Amino acid sequence: MKKSIRIGGFGGQGVILAGFILGKAACVFSDYNAVQSQSYGPEARGGAARAEVIVSDEKIGYPRPTTIDLFVAMAQEAFDTYRKDIRDDTVVIVDSDLVPRNDIGRPIYKVRAQKIAQDLGNKMVTNIAMVGVITGVYDMLSPDAVKKAVMDSVPKRFRDLNVKAFEMGLEAGKNARPE
Amino acid sequence: MRYERDPARIRKVLGDKVQFVQGDMAAAYGGLLAGCSFFGGYPITPASEVAEGIARMLPRVKGTFIQMEDEIGSLAAVIGAAWGGAKAMTSTSGPGFSLMMENYGYAIMTETPCVIVNVQRTGPSTGQPTLGAQGDMMQVRWGTHGDVEAIALAPSTVQECLDLTIEAFNLSEKYRHPVCLMADGEIGHLREKLVIPDEDEMTLIERVPATIDKDKFLPFGNSQTRDNKVPDFPTFGTGYRTYVTGLTHNKKGFPATDKQRDHEELITRLVTKISDDREKLTNVERVELDDAETAFVTYGASARPTESAVATARKNGMKVGMLRLKTVWPFPRRTIEELSKKVNKIIVPEMNLGQIVHSVREYSCDGCEVTLAPKVGGEMHLPDELFGYLEARK
Repeated sequence: MKKSIRIGGFGGQGVILAGFILGKAACVFSDYNAVQSQSYGPEARGGAARAEVIVSDEKIGYPRPTTIDLFVAMAQEAFDTYRKDIRDDTVVIVDSDLVPRNDIGRPIYKVRAQKIAQDLGNKMVTNIAMVGVITGVYDMLSPDAVKKAVMDSVPKRFRDLNVKAFEMGLEAGKNARPE
Repeated sequence: MRYERDPARIRKVLGDKVQFVQGDMAAAYGGLLAGCSFFGGYPITPASEVAEGIARMLPRVKGTFIQMEDEIGSLAAVIGAAWGGAKAMTSTSGPGFSLMMENYGYAIMTETPCVIVNVQRTGPSTGQPTLGAQGDMMQVRWGTHGDVEAIALAPSTVQECLDLTIEAFNLSEKYRHPVCLMADGEIGHLREKLVIPDEDEMTLIERVPATIDKDKFLPFGNSQTRDNKVPDFPTFGTGYRTYVTGLTHNKKGFPATDKQRDHEELITRLVTKISDDREKLTNVERVELDDAETAFVTYGASARPTESAVATARKNGMKVGMLRLKTVWPFPRRTIEELSKKVNKIIVPEMNLGQIVHSVREYSCDGCEVTLAPKVGGEMHLPDELFGYLEARK
């Protein structure tokens, strides 16, 4: 098993943390190897930002994705920038409120991660809700491992809020169907 | 007050045994585990996270972190701390490493044990901040003036950023020499699985203090307690009078700048204390080399796409392998010579326009073709790109 994931959003939205949590869930709370690379630097703030994670049950050589198995878009600009790398069998998840123009000519997963966060009263946890969605949609990491990684990666005083966002995202992901 | 390495406290600060962290942070962890109690540094991408990490951790183990005014001051502070008895380190990247060259030579000349973590980018000058490259592989060997030997290690994984930092400290203490961890921006910023070794899984080499009768003490003679070219260390404050200078000095440590014999003796010892141990210091990984007809010779981040290219080549029935240098300096001459007798072609992937390829060529036998596979601009080679070098050379 070897899966490459790209999460695209805008700088400040927490896509790096989202990728980090998936990598940590794979390495620390499951028995996989994982690597995470990222766009880095001042030029990434505000514009399209991305996190890339490879999860594998074998040693990982080249640490950047050569093909994308799962593409997650949390901003229109990121979707527009990175959609060229989508293959026919790439699983695509978008936040339909943040990526309204998302037609690629085939059904994709459309979820509302930011809405979940807003309903919880804090837009900041959109990324964690999306981590839940990814876990529910994409059968790779156990929800338990990812939940542990979430709890381990967020400030203590926001732990409950983040766990709630994760769990609601997870439910949304489990119930989502390509449309 | 003397720093006492406290394993329990260090491990409490480091946290969980298995982590998902960046190479930069792993190097900081390695320093802490090795017993580093002093860090003097100046932030620079892609090395800043080494300083950031250790700045948070050192005070919690009763160590000292100082952000200096620049990289010249950083290494100067580290050298001073080492003479005060500390295991000391700094971190930087290309532009800062250039500034450190003066004190790097001073550390070599004064036989000061310390560790420089260089998370390389490219140049010349400020080049491409934040992006990775292998811009200083020759600077670490030849960047300071005069006759020197270098000890430089190159990690290819986050785990090796930790393991080889500990090794760098060990070698710096063993040889009383500034040892460089030549990481690069790709590995420094990569997050990967890291397993923190237990105490019984690590070997730590400690400085050999001067213990001889103070009247008979020669600060820069060979070891006076062992059969070794490395002098016992007279930590400041222990009563061993020592004059420390970058000038050519005699065994007493006093300037002997006009004495041909003193200079020859000193410099020969400084170089041969390391080069005599070249074979012992050689540390390589061999991948699929047993029946290989073509070999990649590489190091650092470049080994990652290379390993993928070797796997693709093997799937296609091509006899291709990889020799990965973990110790780049002193250069593993005999290993390269022997490899060049076995294979027809050597390809050297580097994230520069050709540095280590020159040494590979120098020590390869006639009849073995040595080719550079360069990549610049702040990106790693793609595995397919390297595979292309094989197809082109079939």
